[in-house]
Amino acid sequence: MKPGDFIVARQRLEAKRRHAGEKLTSAQDAGRLVKDGDHVAVGGCLFSRTPMLLVRELLRQQRRGLTLSRNLMCFEGELLMVAGAVDQIVTSWQGIGLPWGLSRVLREHVESGRVRMEEWSHLGLGLRYRAGAMGVPFLPTLTMLGSDLMDVGGSRPIACPFTGETVNAVPALFPDVAILHVHRADRHGNCQIDGYTHMDADIARAASTVLVTAEEIVDEEEFRHHPDRTAIPGFVVDAVVHAPLGAMPGECYGLYETDFEHFDRYVAAINDKGMDGVREYLDRWVYGPATHQEWLNLFDPATVERQRRFGRELTNPEVAGV
Amino acid sequence: MSGEHADTGLGYTASELLGVMAARRLYDGASVFAGVGLPLLAAVMARKSHAPRLMIVVEGGVFDPEMLTGRLPISTNEMRIAHRATMLTSITDTFLYAQRGFLDVGFIGGAQVDRFGNVNSSVIGPYDRPKVRLPGSGGANDIISLCRDVMIVTMHEARRFVPRVDFVTSPGFVQGGESRKEAGLHFGKVSQVITNLGLLGFDEQERTMRLEAVHPGVTPQQVQDATGFELEIPSDVPTTAPPTAGELTLLRSLDPDRRYLG
Repeated sequence: MKPGDFIVARQRLEAKRRHAGEKLTSAQDAGRLVKDGDHVAVGGCLFSRTPMLLVRELLRQQRRGLTLSRNLMCFEGELLMVAGAVDQIVTSWQGIGLPWGLSRVLREHVESGRVRMEEWSHLGLGLRYRAGAMGVPFLPTLTMLGSDLMDVGGSRPIACPFTGETVNAVPALFPDVAILHVHRADRHGNCQIDGYTHMDADIARAASTVLVTAEEIVDEEEFRHHPDRTAIPGFVVDAVVHAPLGAMPGECYGLYETDFEHFDRYVAAINDKGMDGVREYLDRWVYGPATHQEWLNLFDPATVERQRRFGRELTNPEVAGV
Repeated sequence: MSGEHADTGLGYTASELLGVMAARRLYDGASVFAGVGLPLLAAVMARKSHAPRLMIVVEGGVFDPEMLTGRLPISTNEMRIAHRATMLTSITDTFLYAQRGFLDVGFIGGAQVDRFGNVNSSVIGPYDRPKVRLPGSGGANDIISLCRDVMIVTMHEARRFVPRVDFVTSPGFVQGGESRKEAGLHFGKVSQVITNLGLLGFDEQERTMRLEAVHPGVTPQQVQDATGFELEIPSDVPTTAPPTAGELTLLRSLDPDRRYLG
């Protein structure tokens, strides 16, 4: 689909067989809804609420030719690049985080031309998802004007029809698939997110197909008791998969904090062995465990308990900060 | 990056000097768009001293957080930076507050800065086949485009201060003169470049970089030598007041593990 093509996006949505029934399914079946060559938008941000079960599933099912988009891309992007699943990334930033320095994986793949990086500002990409969510071809913004980012992603400076001033038109992004991790979902696809919401709700509405993993599957009654807390309504969602601790080694607001030492070890292996460090990680953490539970069993229980305690402490307002 | 943790020989490191100078630019009642690292330390330092009602906004959707000492955030999108915030929202909406004009001050850094205050954090070399693929804009482009006064905080080295950046990730005064406004950016500007050698501003007409102050122990010639283009240097360049013991104690107390202060 070409950028901003709201007519095709709407036609695709109307042609889709939507159903109001059972959406609870397995990661394998959800993953089969992603096709080679698809544009996959990844929810969460950096190491917050990364949908790791579905990322692992795309790797295990050996998808190829994917375009990935996410405003801050982290090691999920690196895993998919090294596995050869990705042709293009659409992002404003990629790395693990400031303390770990430049991403060797990003450098190797983009500098060699194997992966194209389409760079946007945060807001530029955010408004592309929002335009998609709104079903319109573009949104005007004041960001990115005057920068070279105008030339690498498909922005268009246009004259405002009312004031005549120059504004930047960013084209709607309609991902083929969105993969998201949320706190709670019911079997009909209604989703609750605690804490900051990142770009997930916009991504869900913009995408043609929406796959969700959830920490908890709760009864529909819970949504009826707190309808104001629903971030994504069920009719937007195609598949729901139960994935407790599903964003590890990253964080899920209020539930568990990122295990930064996990990333220390991951980056140390890359510094030591280059891309083979990532391949060894893939063997151990992606191709090895056959189920979500087997993957969970790879984590040290004491570390998991510590990260859960940190998650509770950090979201407890009774603990004084500076 | 190697020099930022080096002692200046005056009892503080270059990163401590940058942190103190950045904190001094913040004022009570202001809203500041801060990234992790030195900008956040500077903002918390200002709030703990001369600007108690400084409103810190972080791109992850976090407004007015109160972080835990010793648990400094690694990223702008995590629980560590959200502790005791007064509002949590989406990333897109956070930047839209800046686009509307609510953000007074922003801080950014980058790999290259040019004489018009343009910043590159994308690529060294050509975009499609770069010599070095850097991480990318992140929020930097939005901050410099949308906040009222933006401070570039960086180490001062000739390889960073180049005549023309390889790629304009974040537009300062673009090509000088009125070109920023002509590109559609009616508001906001790079007010200052804070480095380990001094403070730099921009000529009101040409919008080219000029030296406004040197830090203690630094000469204007040293600043010129560490700059890859000709700086406008006035005949009388003031020297900044050195970091006080109180400022250094406060700054150091916020980063006891010296994760960002080195």
